Amino acid sequence: MIRFDDVHKAFGANQVLRGLTLEVPKGESMVIIGGSGTGKSVALKCVLGLVQPDRGLIEVDGRDATEGDRDAFLARFGMLFQGGALFDSLPVWQNVAFRLLRGELKRPKAEAREIAVEKLRRVGLSPDVADRFPAELSGGMQKRVGLARAIAADPEIIFFDEPTTGLDPIMAGVINDLIREIVVEMGATAMTITHDMTSVRAIADRVAMLHGGKIRWTGPVAQMDNSGDPYLDQFIHGRAEGPIAAVR
Amino acid sequence: MIRLLGGIGAQVLAMLAVIGRVTLYALLTLRHLVTPPFYAREFGSALLQIGWLSLPVVGLTAFFTGGALALQIYAGGSRFDAEAVVPQIVAIGMVRELGPVLVGLMIAARVTSSIAAEIATMKVTEQIDALVTLSTHPMKYLTVPRVLAAFVTVPLLVGIGDIIGIFGGYTVAVRSLGFNASTYLQNTVDFLEPLDLISSLVKGAAFGVIAALMGCYSGMNSGRGAQGVGRATKSSVEAASVLILAANFLLTGVFFSI
Ligand SMILES: Nc1ncnc2c1ncn2[C@@H]1O[C@H](COP(=O)(O)OP(=O)(O)O)[C@@H](O)[C@H]1O
Ligand SMILES: [Mg+2]
Repeated sequence: MIRFDDVHKAFGANQVLRGLTLEVPKGESMVIIGGSGTGKSVALKCVLGLVQPDRGLIEVDGRDATEGDRDAFLARFGMLFQGGALFDSLPVWQNVAFRLLRGELKRPKAEAREIAVEKLRRVGLSPDVADRFPAELSGGMQKRVGLARAIAADPEIIFFDEPTTGLDPIMAGVINDLIREIVVEMGATAMTITHDMTSVRAIADRVAMLHGGKIRWTGPVAQMDNSGDPYLDQFIHGRAEGPIAAVR
Repeated sequence: MIRLLGGIGAQVLAMLAVIGRVTLYALLTLRHLVTPPFYAREFGSALLQIGWLSLPVVGLTAFFTGGALALQIYAGGSRFDAEAVVPQIVAIGMVRELGPVLVGLMIAARVTSSIAAEIATMKVTEQIDALVTLSTHPMKYLTVPRVLAAFVTVPLLVGIGDIIGIFGGYTVAVRSLGFNASTYLQNTVDFLEPLDLISSLVKGAAFGVIAALMGCYSGMNSGRGAQGVGRATKSSVEAASVLILAANFLLTGVFFSI
């Protein structure tokens, strides 16, 4: 379980998180929605310690995320970054197998490569992509390589930052199914950020909407359509008119 | 007036703060150097990048400088009938000062900038964050191999630069100034002392560390976006060059003023 308790974060004068409180139950798929720049990515980075919150507490399985052994903590996570964040000095398969080629999870090269190729297949990429470099791939392909890297070491907790942005609708469908599968089959806890309402319905057990640095609404995905919350309704239906200002 | 002084004060404070942070960064690098894991592959590719691939530019710089030095000393020396000192002065000038300084500055231009731009781009595109989440410490994976590789290879480059520089002077002296080839070499060898060579290599090691460290430091502390990368690159080369020249002054003092 991941628990945010009154998390605040500002960058200079830019108050991004202003008291984020949220619980993500173990083994569930939580989808975070909200306008661009509301701090969704920052919230995920706070859990991983990539961004230090100014105030508040983040717990993972009841333990303060900032305490204890960092390596053991991070080994439980997989993260797909919004921009892919592939290492452009390494070929695709070494990106995917990065964790398997060094450190505690290290295994023989051939085996690591095999796993990488298998993970690439799962995200809809053929084996011949394995030896190319990230810069030679399209944006959507890079995203999928990032996804393969996030799931390569079979993590317990997975963060997906906009997994389907930039993909065609069919590939988006493949990725949605994959995320669902990972949660159901591997029992992983997932937090996914997305703007794509089709994705939300395909992936989510629960949905949380971030607005103004706080959780505006959270609940099971089935209740999303009749929440009665004007902010959420505006977002779901993509209306320009409503309580959320179009100019931010 | 007060505002002006305040401005200067703020600048000085900011500079001191940066010096403090760089020092801290250097100590941190040292700590990560002596604790496992060590990324041998990264070290290997850094050796190649910093050492081997810098050879052409180092060689050309040293050769032309040695040649020009010979011409100048000949012209200057002839004013008081001392043309014959060309081999000795070329040797001492190259080995003690010009070799290390020019190689250091070339490394700052070539290596510091590329390290800073690469790491800054990694930072801006979240690759550094990705490294951390993959349980790999950026200091160990990026900084330690580069700094260590520079520490090992730049002294070698300086040594090679010294030799090529002397050879440049020799070529000019023998081809167009009418020196006797074997006397020139004999004079060079007789004149140089072990301390000259040692100081040259020590300077090389120090400059190499400065160059690589400043590249890594600026890259890691880069601002956001393309502008951030540009600034990081520029300031890394500036800082590395100035620090190299300052360190050269200090080291020359340590080696030769006593
Ligand atoms: N490292 C950083 N330094 C300064 N500002 C940042 C940083 N990371 C994010 N921000 C700012 O925080 C806000 C939220 O960013 P982000 O979490 O990426 O938004 P999103 O909800 O679209 O993922 C933005 O205004 C962004 O400019
Ligand atoms: Mg984002």
